[in-house]
Amino acid sequence: MGKLTLAETIRRISAEHLAKNGGLILGQCISAVGWVNGTVPSGVKGVIELPMIDVAGAGIAVGAAIVGRRPIFIVRFQDFMVLNGSPLINYAAKCKELHGRSAPVFIRALASDGLGPVHSGVLHGVFMHFPGFKVCAPMTPGEYMTIWKEFMAGDDPMFVSEDRASFKNTEELKDVVRPRAAITLFGIASTRFQLEEAARLLEGEGVTCNLVHIFRLKPFKIDARVLAPLKRSGLGLVIDSGFEISGAARSIAYELGAASGCTVRALGLADKTKCLCPPYQNKTPDAHKIFIAAKEAIKTR
Amino acid sequence: MRNEKHKKGSPAERRPDFNIVKGSFDRFPVRDSLELFRRMCLVKYFEEGLIRAVESKRVVCPLYLSSGQESAAAALSFVARDYQIFAQHRAHDIFLCFGGEPARLRDELLGLPTGLSRGKAGSNCLQYHKNGLAMYGHHGLIGENVPMGVGAALANGKNTLCVFGDGAAEEDYVLSSLGFASTHKLPVLFVCVDNDLSILTPTAERRNWKITDVAGAMGLGTVDAADDPWSVIEHSRKLSRKLPALINVRTCRKYWHVGVGNDGASAWDRYAICKEKLIGAGQLRTVTRIENAMAGKMRELWAN
Repeated sequence: MGKLTLAETIRRISAEHLAKNGGLILGQCISAVGWVNGTVPSGVKGVIELPMIDVAGAGIAVGAAIVGRRPIFIVRFQDFMVLNGSPLINYAAKCKELHGRSAPVFIRALASDGLGPVHSGVLHGVFMHFPGFKVCAPMTPGEYMTIWKEFMAGDDPMFVSEDRASFKNTEELKDVVRPRAAITLFGIASTRFQLEEAARLLEGEGVTCNLVHIFRLKPFKIDARVLAPLKRSGLGLVIDSGFEISGAARSIAYELGAASGCTVRALGLADKTKCLCPPYQNKTPDAHKIFIAAKEAIKTR
Repeated sequence: MRNEKHKKGSPAERRPDFNIVKGSFDRFPVRDSLELFRRMCLVKYFEEGLIRAVESKRVVCPLYLSSGQESAAAALSFVARDYQIFAQHRAHDIFLCFGGEPARLRDELLGLPTGLSRGKAGSNCLQYHKNGLAMYGHHGLIGENVPMGVGAALANGKNTLCVFGDGAAEEDYVLSSLGFASTHKLPVLFVCVDNDLSILTPTAERRNWKITDVAGAMGLGTVDAADDPWSVIEHSRKLSRKLPALINVRTCRKYWHVGVGNDGASAWDRYAICKEKLIGAGQLRTVTRIENAMAGKMRELWAN
């Protein structure tokens, strides 16, 4: 048997949670049309099909969390978090600090690209803004297992920014640190799949770069793994699939810059609506965009 | 101003004898009626002490007083004592009538670490898990407690009390939660404490429908009645035999939406009506003793 894909990993974790932990899975349209890209187990007890009740659905998940069922709450398109966010932000994330009682809900928020203005959003930056959440964007089976174990061992609500582009992935994404690198590229979410190609494009112009993968967004741990290559290259670029203004890329770039004393730039989505039709889709930065941004950063360092 | 608005927009159901169950007072044991009155006194005198603490600037946080509405909470405490509770922002009455410690609530309002939430949450956010009571706090977004109560009932199957106001009843997530509870036949008693005011806007200016009609259409058993506690007890007991169900209780908020001010006399004073009823039943001495004892106890509580 070959390696598990990320989708298979999520399905396996979910099935085990239902069978062994008395967990729950809640979401809209999760038990049909591919079972959320093959991530939801079928034929098992504990999968609750919510009616189309954004806001209330999230509130129901929070209620299940505060009485101990550790629900997995699935939101098939991250843009819908604008509706579903209220009970999560206003209650789940705040109750531990306010009352010393927690609401551990595992929020699976799925991102896509090229599906138009309300089905292509990446909102993990929004959830990083609010106190009380752990926020992550795992793109590999190993990372997903890690954050699931963290969720089960802790008692915080966790915002898991998934991306459909990652579901077939079977490989772990490793940092690449090279001697005499001119820049360190820090990838977040699905942009991480573009880093190697961007590095090849830069290499073609004689520019060597480091690649560092980030999947824990909040709390963001500044350790030797992220700082050492940055300090050696003296320049960084953080790339994210969300909007750049007030987004994860700028936030993390700021933290890295402050901790290292190096210039760290950010690349996210332009401040424009993600339209349905090309060329107005305002898509996730691809290798070419990363290449251009890295060259610009080097030129103006 | 509030009372003028009420006069303009009051529906026919807004009267103190609306849908009262005949004989309910007589059927309720006298001892229990006196206990019910004691719980109403607890809310009244706790909040009178609180108002003095505000006047002397000991308490400075925003306050959501229950006085005027306490008969509904006192009645429910006889029906749903073992339910998990998801109360609204105005919940001093539920907390006190269901057996919460007054000193812990006082400390919360004083911002002390000995408060219910270590002085961090305040008046509209009462959380308490002690003495067999499971009360989950509200964070101030009206009606937010309703989907959470429904989710809790789905998750653990326990009888659940969700209390909200007539304003919260209009929130989309409250209405869809009623539907979800009906679909999954969840053991939830929904209580709409209907003071006919969303801050100061009367219901008639906000909507042309009744929450009981909506809930009924979704398949819930429903009752709409004034806040006579003996009637509320009988209605609620009957409804609780087949949950989910909803009762709309017509009440009169005595004080402002937030704060300790008031705009004059309410349309009716349920506390006074209950007291008169007990006195009429020959309980003058006991009623006086209960009132005096509670007034003294609460004076002492707020003196500390």
